[in-house]
Amino acid sequence: MDWVIEARDIVKTYKMGEFDVQALRGVSFNIRRGEVVSIMGPSGSGKSTMMNTLGCLDRPTSGEYILDGESVGQMDDDQLASVRNRKVGFVFQSFNLLSRLTALGNVELPLRYSGVTEGRRERAKAALEAVGLKDRMTHRPYELSGGQQQRVAVARSLVNNPAIIMADEPTGNLDSKVGKEIMSLLLNLNKDLGTTLIIVTHDPIIAQQTQRVIRLRDGELESSGEEKEAVQQ
Amino acid sequence: MSFVQALLEAIESLNGNKMRSGLTVLGIVIGVAAVIAMLAVGNGAQASITGSISSIGTNLLFVFKGGSNNGPRQGPGVRSGNNDRPLTLSDATAIADHFAAPSVASVAPAIQGNGTLSFGGEKSTTTITGVTPDYFAVRNLQLAEGDFVNQEHMLGRMSVIVLGSKAADNLFGRHDGVVGESIRVDGQPFRVIGVLIAKGGGSFGSEDGNAYVPFTTAQARLFKRAAHDEIDVLYVQATTAEAVPQASDEISNILRQRHRTPIGADDFTVITQQDFLKTFATITGVLTIFLGGVAGISLLVGGIGIMNIMLVSVTERTREIGLRKALGARKKDILLQFLTESSLLSLIGGIIGILFGWLIAFAIGKIATATGNNFVPIVGTDAILLSTSFSAAIGLFFGIYPASRAASLEPVEALRYE
Repeated sequence: MDWVIEARDIVKTYKMGEFDVQALRGVSFNIRRGEVVSIMGPSGSGKSTMMNTLGCLDRPTSGEYILDGESVGQMDDDQLASVRNRKVGFVFQSFNLLSRLTALGNVELPLRYSGVTEGRRERAKAALEAVGLKDRMTHRPYELSGGQQQRVAVARSLVNNPAIIMADEPTGNLDSKVGKEIMSLLLNLNKDLGTTLIIVTHDPIIAQQTQRVIRLRDGELESSGEEKEAVQQ
Repeated sequence: MSFVQALLEAIESLNGNKMRSGLTVLGIVIGVAAVIAMLAVGNGAQASITGSISSIGTNLLFVFKGGSNNGPRQGPGVRSGNNDRPLTLSDATAIADHFAAPSVASVAPAIQGNGTLSFGGEKSTTTITGVTPDYFAVRNLQLAEGDFVNQEHMLGRMSVIVLGSKAADNLFGRHDGVVGESIRVDGQPFRVIGVLIAKGGGSFGSEDGNAYVPFTTAQARLFKRAAHDEIDVLYVQATTAEAVPQASDEISNILRQRHRTPIGADDFTVITQQDFLKTFATITGVLTIFLGGVAGISLLVGGIGIMNIMLVSVTERTREIGLRKALGARKKDILLQFLTESSLLSLIGGIIGILFGWLIAFAIGKIATATGNNFVPIVGTDAILLSTSFSAAIGLFFGIYPASRAASLEPVEALRYE
């Protein structure tokens, strides 16, 4: 099986003053290349911690995490930065665009950090075209609607051809109509480019549109959604 | 990320907050301008003082009575109560001997005292120097009109007087067309035979207010001395500026022999023009360092301003830093970004400060000239290099802490920051 994500016994412990708080208590699951997966769970379930770990923003306390064939668990900060740059695209709930930069500048940002100098502008333009913002390239974020801003963020996430796109409540700040558009954009990109899509959400309607739902509760895996598929098959 | 890119981004980011960047730059501008201007004033003062000392003649030596190790040196015309032998005319003659002192070109003995000059109702008290004809050349004097004391005046002990320009001003209210006038010196009539050109400040202060009479006249009529041939000060001109140390040694040897003093207990002091130059260079050097130091403090304050603003900026942009890290920025990328910003602030401040400081120095020079002081501030390349490198160092130094704080932010924490 071609796994893009292999997570084995992921444990994450935070120190809160005197006490250790276990956000993840040994979670294991795999995600196939090209799959669309949602991660669900009530607040405090370890959902955000899981996303940070999968997105290489944070290291697990113990356990093994292999992303696209690279074991991430023991990497140092700069190696993690490089992995994030090459293999992970982020889409955030609050867009997180830099207001000083144009749409094009924002999309170029990951390429700057990967040391790409040639064809940077062209790749950024292509990404913006792919999300349907061909005529908004020189606009700054405050000149764009919420939906357009999130499209810029999606273009930014895929400009480096990542192995996975991590979307954290991508429709959370949008009304339902625009939210639907963004969801279908993400799903279409998955279909066209084959990029693995991981959506962290607590919206069941969003989760329904994904192929599989990974449910977390109290830092443990409630279900990996595999049996749903098994039943369907 | 390349340096050019970092620079472009820094310009972009500073441009996004013009008011704040401008005020931060202002701190550095004031600091650098102050350093440049103060160093220029210090250098100018040094050049002005050494220039006026040199105008007296760099190959000039002064010989005074009294050893330098006998406590405070006895000034010219002051009668000391100790056992030092006075300098005499025969000492002067011995030093003028070309075989004994080949490095000595000419010797001008002088006696000095205070006297009251009066003309009509005007009275002024000034220093009167009894001189020989050689004094004119040795002291590098120039006449505005008339003649200086000559051998004839000496032999005849004639009652003639040469006035400094200011002395003439004081008596007549003018310093031309006074030759031939008759004035009184301590009640005795003297004829004015010449007026000197103003020389400005010298190592003893301005001598423009002085008056000069023939040595023999001073000896016989004005200043009563116990020993007949006693003199107060001996001006010696060395053959060349390079021969000054040699001349100093020759004079010392002759005087030691004549006065029969034990070694190391000289009862006279030889001072060269170079000694004065050195002394004043030390004084103005200290002055320059002091001025520069005070100005440097304002540069330091400017640097702290940069650090302050950069810290605010890092806090404000925590989310941006988190996002950049999420997109793959490494520690050194963030470090470079913020260091570039702080260095750019101090660099811009430095450049404007240099221009501004130059302007201030120029203005000070104009004011000095307008008020009659011959003083030109000198903006040296050393001052420019010093203040630019100092301000760049300040930008880096005060940028490092905020930048490293930014670089060490945890991406997860930074992204969550509101």
